[in-house]
Order: sequence, then structure tokens, then C-alpha cells
Amino acid sequence: MKALTKKNLLILIGILLTFAIVQGLISVGIISSFHEITIALICINIIMAVSLNLVTGFTGQFSLGHAGFMSIGAYVCALFIMKYDSTTGFLVGILVGALAATVVGILIGIPTLRLKGDYLAIATLGMAEIIRVVFLNLEITNGAAGLSGIPRYANWFWLFFLTVGTVLLINNFIRSSYGRACISIREDEIAAESMGINTTKYKVMAFAIGAFFAGVGGALYASYFYFLKPNIFGFMKSIDILVIVVLGGLGSVTGSVVAAILLALLTTFLQSFTEVRMILYSFLLVVIMIFRPQGLFGTKEITDLFKFKFRKKEERVE
Amino acid sequence: MPILSVEKLTKSFGGLTAVSSVSMHLDQGELVGLIGPNGAGKTTLFNLLTGVYEPTAGSIKLALTQDEQDIGGKAQTTVITKELGGLKPYNVTKAGLARTFQNIRLFKDLTVLDNVRIAMHQNIRYYLNSSFLHLNKFHQEEERLIEEAEKLLDIFQLSHKKKELAKNLPYGEQRHLEIARALATKPVILLLDEPAAGMNPRETAQLTKTIEWIRQEFALTILLIEHDMSLVMKICERIYVLDYGMLIASGKPAEIRANKRVIEAYLGEEVSHA
Amino acid sequence: MQQVVNGVSLGSIYALIALGYTMVYGIIKLINFAHGDVYMIGAYIGFAAVTYAKMGFFPALILAMILCALLGVVIEKVAYKPLRNSTRIAVLITAIGVSLLLEYLMMFFVGAEVRSYPKVLSEQTFHLQGVVITMQQIYIVVTAILLMVLLQYIVHKTKIGKAMRAVSVDSDAAQLMGVNADSTISYTFAIGSAFAGAAGVLVGLYYNSIDPLMGMMPGLKAFVAAVFGGIGSVPGAMIGGLGIGIMETLVSGYGNSMYRDAFVFLFLILILIIKPTGLLGKNIREKV
Repeated sequence: MKALTKKNLLILIGILLTFAIVQGLISVGIISSFHEITIALICINIIMAVSLNLVTGFTGQFSLGHAGFMSIGAYVCALFIMKYDSTTGFLVGILVGALAATVVGILIGIPTLRLKGDYLAIATLGMAEIIRVVFLNLEITNGAAGLSGIPRYANWFWLFFLTVGTVLLINNFIRSSYGRACISIREDEIAAESMGINTTKYKVMAFAIGAFFAGVGGALYASYFYFLKPNIFGFMKSIDILVIVVLGGLGSVTGSVVAAILLALLTTFLQSFTEVRMILYSFLLVVIMIFRPQGLFGTKEITDLFKFKFRKKEERVE
Repeated sequence: MPILSVEKLTKSFGGLTAVSSVSMHLDQGELVGLIGPNGAGKTTLFNLLTGVYEPTAGSIKLALTQDEQDIGGKAQTTVITKELGGLKPYNVTKAGLARTFQNIRLFKDLTVLDNVRIAMHQNIRYYLNSSFLHLNKFHQEEERLIEEAEKLLDIFQLSHKKKELAKNLPYGEQRHLEIARALATKPVILLLDEPAAGMNPRETAQLTKTIEWIRQEFALTILLIEHDMSLVMKICERIYVLDYGMLIASGKPAEIRANKRVIEAYLGEEVSHA
Repeated sequence: MQQVVNGVSLGSIYALIALGYTMVYGIIKLINFAHGDVYMIGAYIGFAAVTYAKMGFFPALILAMILCALLGVVIEKVAYKPLRNSTRIAVLITAIGVSLLLEYLMMFFVGAEVRSYPKVLSEQTFHLQGVVITMQQIYIVVTAILLMVLLQYIVHKTKIGKAMRAVSVDSDAAQLMGVNADSTISYTFAIGSAFAGAAGVLVGLYYNSIDPLMGMMPGLKAFVAAVFGGIGSVPGAMIGGLGIGIMETLVSGYGNSMYRDAFVFLFLILILIIKPTGLLGKNIREKV
């Protein structure tokens, strides 16, 4: 079996071990419910960052409306679980929420992804705002008062494995021919088109996949924090996610994961000082872009670091 | 029947006509040159042929012959004609036309191998779902891709540099990679835009040989824009000459060399009367 | 009809802000996300001038314009100039960063609460055929028109205006002709920011309330106006601003005011899809 390599086995063991250790710590009580909030934040951040990175970092399509898809996933899943209150309901709810986000993503993507750079950014921003205003005005979402009392099904188990699943699936996509097609669009759209790649199709594909997982992130958010308001998913949230992706590196999955963890910890630490946090975030954005635009990891992954260590001297390339 | 027939092709940008009623054709297997002074519209013509620009008027027909056996076991040849004018570039490439760019448009921050693999994407044999779950089919196909890509790179002596970033290659090798990448799309017609630009005589001679070789090996029809006359005169079977967007001459190299209008176009009227 | 009048004054404000966007975009192809926040700071400067320094309308206006011009130049030199050769996404992210920085620094130092402008202009109203026009509205429109006329003069009749037009068409060629691109760009930012500052003071006086986040929505809407009129075109920004202002008040008056913002965004998306060059913009083709 080609898939069963030594590397994959090691990864699998690592994943299971991480889960078990943290689960153990939770059961014993060393990790309190306060800490659990941070862990939930980390997981959701990772999902949001990796999915945005696919669109903006790997395919080069600047999306400022990612929080919009998160909100669709959140609300749809919430309404679903409130009707079908069970673990199965929860899982189906996540799927339904993610699919709803994907559908909206495709509908939005097809007309707007023809736009370039700055215009696309503003258009996606506008889209997310429109979604927010719609949720603010619908009866079913309870408008500005928000939805409360959403059944809580997201525990460490689901958070962890859905996060791992997201990272693995998106990473796999990127390391495939389809992923390479998306990357080529980022590099040179005209050359990519000339090499037989239908750039619109792949932009929409990346956008849709990003929306799907953003929906998953939103659904988890809904079922963990059990209270939703449209304003949680405004422009600020999209910026939050963007900062994570930029810090980690546009084009590095590892970077997104690491930055997601770092910034979730920072958020928890600065919980009472939202303004300070925002000043720090915005300062970070400017400084990173001027001094180290590739962020922490650039386009490298953690596996590149390992390869570097074990490579023989002759093979070492710049 | 010519594999490519261009009929009265015209392109205007607002008030400026870049290509004016150009008609030409390519026969299967030919190596044809397209020359003319700077600004004559050669690259614009390429852009029209490859779908980057939409024609203002005229048509571009691709005729692919297929040899089949009918029910009775008799050999049959069918010709499928496709209008390329107005198609998007990726559809033109899917139809069988590939091109290189005058100013190299490699994926500079990607590896040599990736540059070639991306061009092979349109012929990939697994679907979207396999890209998420890397099961056997995925790995097999990926291995096949690497093998094929390396074979192509071998032709240009680039396979030992497959993990190198494209931007780190010396200029000559970048030009080679451009061609390798175009070949990876499995074209029937190859459009080369100044492949020898910036090369010294030795490199140009090598390139000339390589072009001949790939034409044979891949059964290609090649249309070539070049300023380097040694390359053009040596290798092209026929030549078209463009000036101010219009076709001013066509024929065999010897005829073109002696053609007064061509000399005028390149060197100016005074010189030809001198 | 009343709505149209209200729309004209709102539109004049948008036009002033839009001019800054369009000039900066025309010259360095950047959507200056922080522009809306310069407008906000202008409003605060005016507020401080009127409340603490007891200045009148015009002195406060001039002060805000000067300080905002300086702010704009500083932002350009510190945040945008180092990135002149970076990707568009990089500069846009930086612009967003600067925007947020201005907003939250303001919040930190001045407090997030809404403050009300003291009444500096007369409360006079005029009644014309059933339509109410306030003195403030007249001030806004007149000031805006004066500034726009001034701008037209600068752009077409002065050397610096010529330099601005040259650099926005072809920066390298302009430099070869002896134009100092850097200082031209700084001038552009200065003028654009000054106009945004003026708009801020006018808005403070008209709507009476200011807060650190007031720049976001008007900033985005002014951007829509700039695109609508044709990004890079000065007359376009003026027309676009008025257009958006009138449209917005009509939607708000006859439709649902909650959907007002969403409408403007929808309008933007439609423009970008149907005619991205806007009313008066030019089409720039990428050479292959």
C-alpha cells in the first residue's frame, strides 16, 4: 500500500498521542474549563487560518470575507442542532453548515473571482458585510439579539479530530496536481491559463473548499461557545484570521497552524484588553509586511525543516 | 488539409489595428518561421492564436486528423475541425496548441519539476476526490507524472536540476524550461516566441538542433517567431513576414532573403534603393 | 426631493473622501484603506480645535486639513514607500494594518465613546417648496465645491498637478523627464488627506457625533464612489460621490435603512462585474 509509509505511520501515532495526552489531562482536571476555551479557540483558529490560506496564500486570491462563510456554517449548524439535538444531529449539522457555506462560496465566487487583487478584496469584504446584514435582519436568526442556548456537542474529541482532518485534507489537496494548479494561478495567471488551466474554475474551487472548512470552523464555534451574534463574524473577524495567515506565512500550512496557536494564546492573555490586542495585531500586520512579508514560515513546511537536517551535504540546495 | 488555417485574422485595439487581415496556414509537421521588425504584430498574432486576445475579425481553424477503423475493418480518416478564435487560452491549449512567451513566464518561485508538472495537469488521470485522500491511485499517478516530467527535462539536460527554483536557473536554461513546459501539455502545434533571444551562437546552434529533434520525436508542427536570422534561415521550411500588422511576404527562405519588400521593412527604404 | 437634497450633502462628503482615494490609486495603484481613518482623525482634530481651543469653523477646518495632510504624508513615507516594489496584496494588507492601528490607537487614547460636536454653525434652516435645507448642508456643499474647484485648478494649472498626472500615467517616464516621483506622491497624499480631513470636520458639524470607528463605513462607501466614477479619475470621484450619496439616502428613505449599507456593497459588486472601469475610468490592458 503506497499510502502506508513510515512517515505517515509516524504522523498517525503523533496525532493519536496528542489526542490522548490532552484528553487525559482534561479528564484528570489539570486542564480546567478555562484552559479548554483556549484550546477550542486554537482549534477553530487553525481551521479558519488553514482554509483562508488555501484561498489567499496558495491560490493568491485575496479574500477579506472569510468570516462570512464562518457565520453561515455557524448559524446553519446552530439552527440544525437546535432542532435535532443529538450527536448525530451535531455531525450532520456541521456537514449541512459547511455545505451551505460552500454553496454561497460558489455563488459569490463565480462573479467576483474575475476581479483582481484590491478589487477582489473589497468585493469579498462587501459580500461578508451583506451576509452579516442579512443575518441581522432575518427572524430565524433572531437578528441582533442572536441565538443562545445552542446545544454543546463540540468537545475535545470533535474539536481535535475535525481540526486534524481539516489540516490533513487541505494539505493533501495542496500536494496534489489540483493544488499545484491553484498555486500556478498565484504565480502567474496568464502562464497558468496558457498551460491548460481553467483559472476561473480553480479559483472558484479553492474558494469553495475554503468556504467549506470555514463553515466547519463556524459550526464548531457555534456548538462550543453556544451563543451567536451576527457581529461576531464581522470584518474584524476576517482580519483576525488574516493576521494569523500573514504571521504564519502566506503559503505555509505549518505557519498557519503555529500562528493560530500563538495568536489564540495571545488573545486569551489579552482578553481584558481588546484595544491593546487590536493595536498589537495591526502593528504586527504593518511590521511583518515591511520587514518580513513572508511571515514566520514563508512557503516552507515543517517537513522541509526535517529534510534539511537529514540531507547529505552534496544534495543541499539553496 | 492544413493543420492550422488562419483566415483574414484581424485585431484592433480601439483605433489601433495591430494585426490586419492576416491569412496563413501550417501543414502537419512543418516548421514555419514568422519574422518581421519589432512591433510588427508577431506576438500579437501568437496571442490571437492562443486565445489571449479575441480576434476582431477572421478565423483560426485547427484540423486534426484521426485514423480509425470502421466496422468493416477498413481504415478511415476523419478530420475534426475546430474554430479556435474566441476560445479561452486553456481551451486552446487543450485543443492542442502550446506556446512559449517572449518574456519568459515561468513560475519563478516554483521548482523546475513543478513547472513541468503543472503543464501536465490537464491530462491528469485522477479526480478531485483523490486529491483529498491520497490513496493508491493518487500515488501511482503522481509517480507517473514525475517520470514523464523527468523524461521531458532530460531532453533539455534539466532533470538533475528538477528541485531547483526556476528563478535560479541561468537564462539559457530558463528558455529551455519554457519549451519543456510547453511540450508537457502534449501539443500538436508548438508556437515558439523568440526561443533564442539572448543566446550566444553556440547556444543558438544547440537550440536549433533541439528544435529539430523535438519536431521529429513528438511529431509536432512548429511556428517560430525569431529575430536571429541564422536560426530562421537554417531551420524553417517556409517563412511569413509581418510588418505593421500586415503580411508582406511568404515563401521559402531563399525567396524571402531576396524579397525587396522584406529588406525594406527591416532596413528602411533608402538602403534597399542604394 | 428632500432626499435628493440630503443626498447631495452626503454625496459631497463622499466626493471629498473619494477624491483622496482616486488620486492615490491613480498615482501608485493602491487602495489606501487608511484613508477613511484620516477622515476620522480630521473630525477629531476639528472637535479638539472647536472644543478646547475655541476656534471657529474655518480655522478649525484649515487646521484639520493641514494636520491631516501631514498625517497622510507620514503614513505614506513610513508604511507604503518601503513596499513600492512589493506585491499588491502586501501593500493592501499593510494599508489595512495602518487603518486598524489608527482606529485602535484613537480608541485607546481618546476613548471609544461617541462625542458630540459643539454647535459652531448657525442652526438656520431654509424652506424651499416643501424642502428643508439646513445652513450646515449649505456649508458642506459650498465648502466641498470650493475645494473641488481648487483641486481642478491644482491638477490642471499647476506644475505639481502636471507632475501628478504624469506620474500616474507612467512613473518611470516621468522620472526620466525630471519629475521627482517621491515628492509628487507625497503631495498627492497630502492633498487627498487634507480633503479627507475637511470632510471629517464637515461631517462632525453636520451629524454632530464622532467616534473612532466612524471612518470605516464612509471610507468604504467613498471607495465605492471612486470606483463608480472611475478609479483614477478626479471628475469621476466627484460624480461618483454625489451619485452614491443620493442613492444611499433614497434607499434609506424609501426602503429599509438597515439594508442601506448592504445596498452600497451590492452596488459595488455590480459595478465591478459589469463595468469595472466605472463611468469615466480608463481601461488598462496588461501586455502579454
